[in-house]
Amino acid sequence: METRIMTCIGCPMGCQLTVEVENNQMVSVTGNTCKKGVEYARDEVASPTRMVTSVVRVPGRKAPLCVKTAQAIPKDQIFACLQAVRKAHVNLPVSIGDVVVPNVCNTGIDVIATRNLD
Amino acid sequence: MRDVIIIGAGVIGCATARELSRRKLDILVVDQASDVADGGCSKANTAIVHGGYDAKSGTLKAKYNVAGNAMFDAISQELEVPFERNGSLVVAFEGDDLSGLEELKARGETNGVPGLEILNQAALQAKEPNIGPTAVAALWVPTGGIVCPYELTVAYAENAAANGVQFQFDTAVDRLEAIPGGWRITTTSGETLEAKAIVNAAGCGSGRLNNMVSAHKLDILPRRGEYYMVDKTYSGTFHSAMFQLPSDKGKGILVARTVDGTLLLGPTAEDVDDPTDTRTTAEGLAKVLQFASRTWPNIPGRSFITTFAGIRPRPSDGDFRLGEAPDAPGFFNAAGIESPGLTAAPAIGVDLAGWVADYLKAEDNPSFQPKRTAIPKFRELSNEERAVLIAQDPAFGRIVCRCETVTEGEIREAIRRTPGARTLDGVKRRTRAGMGRCQAGFCSPRVVDILCEELGLQPTEITKFGGNSVLLTGPIGGEEAAQ
Amino acid sequence: MRQVDVLIIGGGPAGLAAAIAAREAGVENLLILEREESLGGILKQCIHNGFGLQRFGEELTGPEYAQRYIDKAMELALPYQCDTMVLDVTPDRVVTAISPTEGLQQFQAKAIVLAMGCRERPRGALGIPGWRCSGIYSAGTAQRFVNLEGFLPGKEVVILGSGDIGLIMARRMTFEGCKVKACVELMPYSSGLKRNIVQCLDDYGIPLMLNHTVVDVAGRERLEGVTIAQVGENLKPIPGTEQYIPCDTLLLSVGLIPENELSTAAGVELSPATSGPVVDETLATNVPGIFAAGNVLHVHDLVDFVSEESARAGEQAARYALGQTADNGPAIPVENGFGVNGVVPQRVHAGKVDAPIRFMFRPRNVYKAVRICVDFDGQEVLRGKPHMIMAPGEMATLEVEPQLFADHPDVSKITVRLEVRQ
Repeated sequence: METRIMTCIGCPMGCQLTVEVENNQMVSVTGNTCKKGVEYARDEVASPTRMVTSVVRVPGRKAPLCVKTAQAIPKDQIFACLQAVRKAHVNLPVSIGDVVVPNVCNTGIDVIATRNLD
Repeated sequence: MRDVIIIGAGVIGCATARELSRRKLDILVVDQASDVADGGCSKANTAIVHGGYDAKSGTLKAKYNVAGNAMFDAISQELEVPFERNGSLVVAFEGDDLSGLEELKARGETNGVPGLEILNQAALQAKEPNIGPTAVAALWVPTGGIVCPYELTVAYAENAAANGVQFQFDTAVDRLEAIPGGWRITTTSGETLEAKAIVNAAGCGSGRLNNMVSAHKLDILPRRGEYYMVDKTYSGTFHSAMFQLPSDKGKGILVARTVDGTLLLGPTAEDVDDPTDTRTTAEGLAKVLQFASRTWPNIPGRSFITTFAGIRPRPSDGDFRLGEAPDAPGFFNAAGIESPGLTAAPAIGVDLAGWVADYLKAEDNPSFQPKRTAIPKFRELSNEERAVLIAQDPAFGRIVCRCETVTEGEIREAIRRTPGARTLDGVKRRTRAGMGRCQAGFCSPRVVDILCEELGLQPTEITKFGGNSVLLTGPIGGEEAAQ
Repeated sequence: MRQVDVLIIGGGPAGLAAAIAAREAGVENLLILEREESLGGILKQCIHNGFGLQRFGEELTGPEYAQRYIDKAMELALPYQCDTMVLDVTPDRVVTAISPTEGLQQFQAKAIVLAMGCRERPRGALGIPGWRCSGIYSAGTAQRFVNLEGFLPGKEVVILGSGDIGLIMARRMTFEGCKVKACVELMPYSSGLKRNIVQCLDDYGIPLMLNHTVVDVAGRERLEGVTIAQVGENLKPIPGTEQYIPCDTLLLSVGLIPENELSTAAGVELSPATSGPVVDETLATNVPGIFAAGNVLHVHDLVDFVSEESARAGEQAARYALGQTADNGPAIPVENGFGVNGVVPQRVHAGKVDAPIRFMFRPRNVYKAVRICVDFDGQEVLRGKPHMIMAPGEMATLEVEPQLFADHPDVSKITVRLEVRQ
């Protein structure tokens, strides 16, 4: 059994949660004020994910292209994802939603453009 | 071998260079900084043209203060530098010994300061309705004025350059020695520069230079002054520069409007060991506010746009040291020029140039052009003038610094002039871009772009004020991504 | 002089929403003036996600959120002019602007929406002692350098202030390979969103040091380090608690200030609490025909609320320009009661309220088990629903129905206050 401390982001209250974890599953949580804390702790323990946003340099352009993961990716893949984004090649023109890195880090999730660039 | 090398591109060095350029001479100005007015002195002082009541009668300070003051109307027109004779007040507060005002008045009259007058509380409040209620009397100095110290320095330098003077920056003197027929400078980077005459206008470094060549030693004791700057929204609060009557509690703190409409509060006066130590301190800044609040009660705390410190080269014997060193022919001092040095600069420049020219038996320069034209100040133009300017050059139609209404055209011109701006601070001093209430938050990325375009540099090569003061450390994504 | 019915100063989220609403309210002849080279305002550099949850029910990045409004503006063929800086606005609504291509232009507007946004508080405003070296940036300036110019302002970073831009930049700099050593906050609480503290600081092991501030800056040319110290209840540094942190970059996220120099020139009255214009329930300023919305009015926490507020301002400006509004007569004041700072609107025409009024403000402190109450002339007339927590980092809002004003025709003063359960 492992004990983790985390802060709930459900509201500005920011309850400090004490979460008992076994086999990557939440066993119990204390410190929460409402049920949002339970849900947050369960998800954070089982499969913490984050949206990643960054930029890609575009050859011949001063302004970089901003991008995001189309959905949240596993938290432990953030830096691998950033590395892949850094190496991406962009073919202009690009529109919002165009895929810049398909299936980034084999997550099944694409990195897509978040601005239009002619 | 050149005719003259002037060491120091502050207001004294640049004024001397400009006055010397009236003669047929080969003149070089060197400075360890990357720009004119970029030491600790000419760029960060009280910006006051003093009346001349303060200096002890009979001193060089008194003489050149009064003489310099009288030259400001003409020189500010000739060089197109903003100057306003808005008068100074030396204010006495409840509990002060009012005889101090009479003493200052008498001293001023001995020094030749015209128009001095003691005002009672009613007369003072009529002049300055926002002054604190404990201000009971004041000495009125109608010849007092305000000027922009770095713009004056830049203007002198530009006019000198237009008349043939050369400038070399990032050049620090390591050794100075006599050679047959003149002097040899060895710089810290190993370069040698030779001239028949040397002008020592090195500010806090002037003692060290003098002591390299003369047995008449000079100690310079660096003294730091800290300031607050208040947003121009409060420009109308006071009309004249307001000093406080020196008392046993201290020399007092000044509250003064600048020619750009901001208000200066300061300075402190603190002896420091390091002549380059322009740090501000919590204690110093607190003291400024404590004393300034006597003149200006309830100073609005949200009004501060910046704080800064300058360094004064205080001579140990208390007076300027001017002229040829008795045991070093061709080595001319303009050393220990602390306050009222800015006021004295035009007069010092004329006399020093005269002595150097006499030493070199220089002829007049028939093509000398005394007029310097300022960079257009878009913010001060009428709408008709603005429309004409934009029609001539569309770059004047793009505002880069929104707080001070500075256009791209002004910034480009500041960079293209000689000696031109090469750094963010150089642009700031010449145009006021970044000098306003957001303190370059919005305009600095754009100014970096323009500096790169004009100078053919990369953004990572642009500095705040030379040396290692780089703004950007590298491209995102590392070097490989930049390819 | 060109005649314009509704002139909108600023093409960021506020200006775009106002312009769209003005067109939808029937104004053909409108114009957006934007000082930058393209529309979108500060959102262009806010590449992180978290925008639009309220407005669109999905999480967008800043550029995506802006593009929704730009697309709508293009669809409606709204006239706009970029690279155009407004230099002056007069009380009778003559607007002077310049641009490199159009030169100096003057417009006579029937109505104006002020939508100029805000700026960051700089180092100088804080009086942080030390050297004046390079490497000290407001967080938004650093954000622009990284996200729009493609350059890093430094490698080892300390952030002063825990506003959202500072938190976002902590993560952004980490993503670019920088080491963010600490986020230092003067107050006992962060002014940023809890989510940002967790996902921008905690996720990357960046310590949030509450009750601390920067007391010295080291480095003659480039920043070499900062000294931080703990502060006491008076917010003054406690001697003996100093610690030195080597770093080459200090980012400041210490507050935003509405940019109201043009408003002042036009004779618009400003509120000391918000630093923005004093407005009534229609977002009208004291100068007839001049309206204000977005961060120029008061600094918002979410852009979604900027859009909503600005759409109302745009619609009201349109009604004014089209002659659909009557003289509202005198207004009564809205005062900040306990725990309330900078309530907007500051004035209400109590006899003319025909739509719900949304009062918005910042709580003065962190309050738990708290509700918003409204008093009319000192008598409580409305109790909002209870909140578990309110904090200065998040805007608090309460809607008041017109009926309440109809029920109290003689009200002469409104007070918005917080009530904390004992």
